[in-house]
Amino acid sequence: MSAQALADRLRSFLPREAVLFEAEDLRPYECDGLSAYRQLPGVVVLPQTEEQIVKILQLCYATRTPLVARGTGTGLSGGALPHAQGVLMSLAKLNRIIAIDPLARTARVQPGVRNLAISEAAAPHGLYYAPDPSSQIACSIGGNVAENSGGVHCLKYGLTVHNILKLRVLTIGGECLEIGGDSLDSAGYDLLALMTGSEGMLGIVTEITVKLIPKPEKAQLVMAAFDDVLKAGNAVANVIAAGIIPAGMEMMDKITIHAVEEFLHAGYDLSAAAILLCESDGSAEEVADEIERIHAIMQQSGATGLRTSRDETERLKLWAGRKAAFPAAGRVSPDYYCMDGTIPRKRLAEVLHGIDQLSQHYGLRCMNVFHAGDGNLHPLILYDANQPGELEKAEEFGGKILEMCIHAGGTITGEHGVGMEKINQMCIQFKTGELQLFHAVKAAFDPLGLLNPGKAVPTLHRCAELGAMHVHHGELKFADLPRF
Amino acid sequence: MQAIIEQYQDTIRTAADNKSPLQIRGGGTKHFYGNAPAVQPGAFLDTTAYHGIVDYEPTELVMTARAGTRLADVEALLAQHGQMLAFEPPHFGAAATLGGCVAAGLSGPRRATAGAVRDFVLGLRLLDGTGKDLRFGGQVMKNVAGYDVSRLMAGALGTLGVILEVSLKVLPNPPAEMTLQFSMNEAAAIEQMNQWAGKPLPVSATCHAGGELFVRLSGAESTVRAARVKLGGEEMADGEAFWQSLREQTHGFFQSGQPLWRLSVRSTAAPLALPGKQLLEWNGGLRWLSSDDGLDVETTRKLAKDAGGHAILFRNNRARQTVFHPLEPAMMTIHRSLKQQFDPAGIFNRGRLYPDL
Repeated sequence: MSAQALADRLRSFLPREAVLFEAEDLRPYECDGLSAYRQLPGVVVLPQTEEQIVKILQLCYATRTPLVARGTGTGLSGGALPHAQGVLMSLAKLNRIIAIDPLARTARVQPGVRNLAISEAAAPHGLYYAPDPSSQIACSIGGNVAENSGGVHCLKYGLTVHNILKLRVLTIGGECLEIGGDSLDSAGYDLLALMTGSEGMLGIVTEITVKLIPKPEKAQLVMAAFDDVLKAGNAVANVIAAGIIPAGMEMMDKITIHAVEEFLHAGYDLSAAAILLCESDGSAEEVADEIERIHAIMQQSGATGLRTSRDETERLKLWAGRKAAFPAAGRVSPDYYCMDGTIPRKRLAEVLHGIDQLSQHYGLRCMNVFHAGDGNLHPLILYDANQPGELEKAEEFGGKILEMCIHAGGTITGEHGVGMEKINQMCIQFKTGELQLFHAVKAAFDPLGLLNPGKAVPTLHRCAELGAMHVHHGELKFADLPRF
Repeated sequence: MQAIIEQYQDTIRTAADNKSPLQIRGGGTKHFYGNAPAVQPGAFLDTTAYHGIVDYEPTELVMTARAGTRLADVEALLAQHGQMLAFEPPHFGAAATLGGCVAAGLSGPRRATAGAVRDFVLGLRLLDGTGKDLRFGGQVMKNVAGYDVSRLMAGALGTLGVILEVSLKVLPNPPAEMTLQFSMNEAAAIEQMNQWAGKPLPVSATCHAGGELFVRLSGAESTVRAARVKLGGEEMADGEAFWQSLREQTHGFFQSGQPLWRLSVRSTAAPLALPGKQLLEWNGGLRWLSSDDGLDVETTRKLAKDAGGHAILFRNNRARQTVFHPLEPAMMTIHRSLKQQFDPAGIFNRGRLYPDL
């Protein structure tokens, strides 16, 4: 169906301004947070109610039109990249906090509500929503569910999957599923887990019930500088070995420290090879106790400098540097490409060394920020898109980092999702059987494959073609598949 | 160990070829849980042969073990390193296995604060209904590559596949614990448990039984002491034994031999007006009901549903009622499709969860 015809059909039940199809109106939707991938959609729709979404889905189903859902477009893996012949559905207008139940410690919200807005609304009750991705001022909770977003506090407080109770989901046929419950578990299979992180491939979430938790009485931060990355890595292991689960445990490497310090003057030690930020939160007694122990462990682990936040201002200032790592990368380089691998922490030094070698090989600098507590590594590859070939080099470099994460026993994506970006690396992380099962799971929800087609799970043919190009140690992957 | 997997694969393929039901069995300690099979299984698949710890790195907070490993062995190893399975799974017998623990999806007293089994599952290895050996998730805390098939297995009662290995997140033991006791009626206790749950207090478990509210505090010595002052109440001498008796259901409440219902509801739901005795856990989110065979099943299910949850006939199902809460038709359709994809011949634990799964 032509975009014009599709738009006409959509306008038969949607307000005129809720259906966009002129190129200039479509332009803002051509990419998400990963701007290297761009595609104009056929039509953009901006529904405001669940009834409208049902009708959109039914139309897409009846006309076999691909549909891509989008929150606020902050995703970093191209998960909301439009389909050229499809409908891009923005859920940003479903932005109501429906109810907060302070005693039951839950909030019922629409998918377009911003992550931080939930915590702000819960704050008068002394409660907050724990997962805090760096983009939390802008990213939507619906997008968080689609990506199973984490944040800097997830070792202690969990990811999205640990912090939601219930979803209202519409299938591509327009049927409504209530998944999860107001209770801590529900009847049947754990579809709540399956939906979380499914990247808009299984259904459209129209309402989310999230858990709220009490705001800790106090939080305090220790900043430790190390002259060697390995020592910093060991310090993290030593903290955990002492039975401490820090609220946050972040690491920055030398190049990041310099970029951030120049930008923000957070007071970081410029001579350090790595800096650790280790936060404790809880009751005043607990924090005092834990901070003292963390301090001692850092010292024993060979920290060359130590600083403990004396008040909230200082704590926030020390955090500000870490949170500004991405903008700082933007200051030292015209463009940067953010990766998202996770590795077992003990392999950190080896992986960082590997990244350094790749950096030299490709002639591109790379800043490393690391959610050290849970092994989630965010290398930021610095490049200049105006230099011919640099983007391609950066992408190849990124792909190599992800492969290294797999070989280290980790994964290609900790919290940003596969989307369009890491679809090739999925062929390396998984074998035919797993990929087939992923396609089968999708088919159970969306037999026609209309929801976000081509994302998250590669076709076996794609992997076969790719496998033919990258034969690792002579092992042909997907050898059982016909080649072209 | 690979030979054992190949044996399992043969058993599965034979069963699938003959469309003959196959019952997956670990230690048999949770055999009572779920619907009795409609058709007698043609064969058993014994998971206990595939046992042993695969990998455990205390400082990575991750433990990987084969499904047939005894839960007691897993916990003993963790204890040596001052760590635990924070969801406090019930064993219900010395033979309990890790695979059974994940398949049953049951969690103990700490569930409301620490999370459930599914929250700690990081990855697993699985044989599907065609005998394919598959791996999902991994050994790291954060992993969003592919659908979360690992967590889907928690509580699926083996209807989707044979769990071979599981990687779990583990946590350090709290340095100090203390149990407080308060005389309080059920409605007041529900209000109180939820009030406290909204405050930054180190409460790790709650229970209301026989007009008494029990609260366990866990954390640093100083934190527990400070919270004890804030909360008041009487200190219980043998707190640890008490929580253990809830976890393993050796507490007197569970010993009546009467049908035992498990109602999982909104924690703040008002006391449920049902005949029989009730015991509450999880800040009121879990309500055990011990009642006689005359209990009206429809009323019980409706009350649980209206309270935002569901009801399971957990034990002593003498009248052979349907155990699990019926699903809405649209949900049942998805369940059937998933079962079809994972287990096309419909061999695994047929009927244990729902009649046609």
